[in-house]
Amino acid sequence: MDRVAPEIAGVSLRINGEQHALELDTRTSLLDLLRERLGLTGTKKGCDHGQCGACTVLVDGRRANACLLLAVTLDGAHVTTIEGLADGDELHPLQAAFVAQDGFQCGYCTPGQICSAAGMLAEVEAGWPSHATADVAEAPALDADEIRERMSGNICRCGAYPNIVAAIAEAAGL
Amino acid sequence: MRPFRYERAADEPGAVVAVAQPGAKFLGGGTNLVDLMRLGVESPSLLVDVTRLPLDRIELREDGGLRIGAGVRNSELAADSRIRERYPALAEALLAGASGQLRNLATTAGNLMQRTRCSYFQDVTMPCNKRIPGSGCPAIEGEHHNLAILGHSEHCVATHPSDLAVALAAFDATVRVVSPEGARDIPLVEFHRLPGDEPQRDTVLGAGDLIVAVDLPALPLAALSRYRKVRERASFAFALVSVAAALEVADGRVVDVRIAFGGLAHRPWRAAVAEDVLRGEVAGPEAFAAAADAELAAARPLRDNAYKVNLARAALVQTLEELAA
Repeated sequence: MDRVAPEIAGVSLRINGEQHALELDTRTSLLDLLRERLGLTGTKKGCDHGQCGACTVLVDGRRANACLLLAVTLDGAHVTTIEGLADGDELHPLQAAFVAQDGFQCGYCTPGQICSAAGMLAEVEAGWPSHATADVAEAPALDADEIRERMSGNICRCGAYPNIVAAIAEAAGL
Repeated sequence: MRPFRYERAADEPGAVVAVAQPGAKFLGGGTNLVDLMRLGVESPSLLVDVTRLPLDRIELREDGGLRIGAGVRNSELAADSRIRERYPALAEALLAGASGQLRNLATTAGNLMQRTRCSYFQDVTMPCNKRIPGSGCPAIEGEHHNLAILGHSEHCVATHPSDLAVALAAFDATVRVVSPEGARDIPLVEFHRLPGDEPQRDTVLGAGDLIVAVDLPALPLAALSRYRKVRERASFAFALVSVAAALEVADGRVVDVRIAFGGLAHRPWRAAVAEDVLRGEVAGPEAFAAAADAELAAARPLRDNAYKVNLARAALVQTLEELAA
């Protein structure tokens, strides 16, 4: 394969409250920026194709697959990763619930599960319907079926799904 | 992934000028394009980011319809109260697609422009007429259980993967496009092509065309509509078969109806034959089945996907029965 020099572009974004001004190879995904450049290895690389959800982070409060986001597109964005969810030593309610409900086995998908669940609960709070909502015109009511449907973008190869659902339900106050 | 330059478009004219450069492509949410670049299927030398253009609104039109900005994210469109109340099948189609994370990224225009998920198209070690015209179509004799039964050609049997486009096809939507020559409106049902002998062309768009909006007509009967998607797992999978339908019944007879299928062809399949059969008929399982049979008479299944004919028939009959109930 012929070698072509990389293209560099600047981007300024805030990650877990800290401002970063960076010069990046335009091919850099947000996921690789977090892990390889900034050492934030809590966010995991699973499939790198948007199919497994292990890389889920919050961008401007919305959950997103970090593997499919080109970092240079995120100028001005606020990114929250699993490292930014806790309040000091105080676990985020979802983190505490995953521990209490044993919502994992190997733990590899867990940061993505928790970030996804945080974004998902905000979507429910905003009244967004899902495929599990019987009447899309009505405000949704969160239950186990809604949690399973809304979390279908996060795969757990260990199959810890029952406890993941239980953890999210606990954090949501169900 | 091949290196590429990155430009952020500030306005529509600037975007159209920028994309005229050799090797340039527009970048929306990137959920398909970035993946295809990683797979080596796409290798643009310039990405023109159009997500900062002021195309992120859903506006009421003078005729009572809605104008959906090209940059509106799939999740925001599905959450819009006007869409949910007046075009429920459209919200249902969006919510049946992809995952919550992907819907937060994917844009309206990008959803229409996404490429087929045919495994040969996505595998650069294989021939594919859509990727490399003239190289052949291994799917015709190979893995094609989820590919087309309608409108395919000897050159390509791929299907279009969008759910949103199926509902838009049923609801007479139009795609608003700007280019250096000005603006024009393309009916959604004419926006995507059948493969013919140019399967590399998914749509009728030219190189410098920028989608700026999708327009929905007022269409009162869309308020009673459903989107039914049949897939190989309960969530986060592409359609084997899907149906978008709207039905208006008075005194037990079909006054008006809109039907489109997904998963059956290279484009969303507006079922005009079935609609014609149904208008004026007694709304019931017999007429619904007759309409499905009339539409699907044109089906030419491949070796391993004849099941789609029965599945499409059953999905349509069941959807219409639900709407008529």
